[in-house]
Amino acid sequence: MPPVQEVGEIFAVQKIGEYYQFTVVAPGVAASFTPGQFVAVAVGGDNTSMLLRRAFALYGATPTGDFAGTIQFVVAEHGPGTQWLVRRRAGEQLDLVGPMGTAFQLPKRTVPAVLVGGGYGTAPLIPLAQQLIEAGSDVEFIVGAATASRLFGELAAKRVAGAVTVTTDDGSAGTQGRVTDVLPAAIQRTKAHVVYACGPMAMLRAVGDVARAHSVSAQVAVEESMACGVGVCMTCVLPVVGDDGESRFVRSCVDGPVFDASRVRWDDVGSLPPDLVGADAMGA
Amino acid sequence: MANLTTRLGSLTLPNPVLTASGCAASGQELHQFFDVATLGAVVTKSIMTRPRSGRPTPRMAETPSGMLNSIGLQGPGIDAFLEKDLPWLSEHGARVVVSIAGGHTDEYVALARRLYDNPAVSMIEVNISCPNVESRGQVFACDPAASGRVIGAVRRAADPKVPVFAKLSPDVTDITVIARACAEAGADGLSLINTLLGMAIDTDTLAPVLGGVTGGLSGPAIRPVAVRCVWQVHQVLPHLPILGMGGIRSGLDALQFIAAGASAVSVGTAVFGDPTAPARVLAELEQALDERGFASVADAVGIAHKSVAEPVKEPA
Repeated sequence: MPPVQEVGEIFAVQKIGEYYQFTVVAPGVAASFTPGQFVAVAVGGDNTSMLLRRAFALYGATPTGDFAGTIQFVVAEHGPGTQWLVRRRAGEQLDLVGPMGTAFQLPKRTVPAVLVGGGYGTAPLIPLAQQLIEAGSDVEFIVGAATASRLFGELAAKRVAGAVTVTTDDGSAGTQGRVTDVLPAAIQRTKAHVVYACGPMAMLRAVGDVARAHSVSAQVAVEESMACGVGVCMTCVLPVVGDDGESRFVRSCVDGPVFDASRVRWDDVGSLPPDLVGADAMGA
Repeated sequence: MANLTTRLGSLTLPNPVLTASGCAASGQELHQFFDVATLGAVVTKSIMTRPRSGRPTPRMAETPSGMLNSIGLQGPGIDAFLEKDLPWLSEHGARVVVSIAGGHTDEYVALARRLYDNPAVSMIEVNISCPNVESRGQVFACDPAASGRVIGAVRRAADPKVPVFAKLSPDVTDITVIARACAEAGADGLSLINTLLGMAIDTDTLAPVLGGVTGGLSGPAIRPVAVRCVWQVHQVLPHLPILGMGGIRSGLDALQFIAAGASAVSVGTAVFGDPTAPARVLAELEQALDERGFASVADAVGIAHKSVAEPVKEPA
């Protein structure tokens, strides 16, 4: 199903720690959502000086309901665009494009999985966990953040999966440390075959390294800055190894945001590796 | 209902709203949101002879009413374009303006030859805002002689049935000098304007935001500059068709360009915030022409010049 552009009414905005959870009536976006996909939201209102949409991983979608389909996404206040967004209230309208991007791939057979969320990166993992559990997989969560107020989805994860390990860098909640400090034990304990992760780039890279060391696959949802979110602007690219073994800059909005961690060339993010397809044409 | 038909040289288009190069890829993605065949034409991203990786990230910075980009012309090259993208556009009924780019004149000529006698190609737009390898990286579009050489060579090499437009940079002292050089070299028209060179610095790291250090500024922030360029060029070359672009976000924005002298317009950066922008701009422009009692787009082209009796001299 292709993405749609629609104007949706905000049904609710709830503050959760440092985050804002939006529920928006958007039946078109809700209709074809699969976990891992995102929604791109226009900010600033009519005649704004902010031209570009802000992308948020979808936390959930209810395709059918009493009156219409709704979607959920989670916003962290970063800059002027998200500052505008978090001041919206129920009854106001948002211009949305979605669902966009690739979804998390479910394993072909039911195998145990560990889901790792950093900050509000836990949001897209909640509907994924529901999917995995419905398919018969055992699911365990690791939820981490710099500090307790930046954790998200701990209770939802507990409700969905039961087993949740919490880490914070400063020890204000759960185990003091990083998600990757507790990930090896979780993989061994659950006999996981796959790790799913969403969070900051450095965390995704570290999760990929742990997964590789334990010979399990890792699917990670990246957060790259995007201008369009629909695949036309070429700003959100990452160096990724293709099926043919060649590396290319690929768009994280339509070729991602979910990637096989072992295919992303993490060391080369932000640079131009000379063996990239077409890098030879840049010097001349 | 105003007659929306417009002409760019020998090419007749059903309406005057096009996409802008680099803001619509090759049409497939936007076709999810509106039928690309309903536009005047799709202007492709600039095609080069070889696959090109583009520049490292970050490639984008949002700025007030605009954005900076330093993509570096990432693309698959002419072979993949002719094999996949052009047939797709043709099959979906889109008229296609192929943007070409190169590092030296021979590269532009090679591209024009590859597009020869291809019924899917309606027009060629020559992106001359590229560094000239043979001139220590000076941008072609900043030098009248280099601009004329490239445009002349492309015009001679290209299919005579297909109009060749030169896309000019506003980063010059007098855009009419470059416009004349291109016209004398045989350009069938001009695309005005490309991005302005800009830069942003991250005040936390105190380093340039963009991986490419500098980037092209686009969006409504540059619209007054673009309208001024169209105005100045139409004043000195009133019979040369102009495809106007630079920050068009609404039908009334488009009407400004037409009144300044553009026969058609491209909608670029607005697409990033609103993927249906080209279709919306077309509907709004049609309504705006009707409301003002225009029988046709042609009647509105350059009409603002009639309100100014004497050519305005640049103030000191």
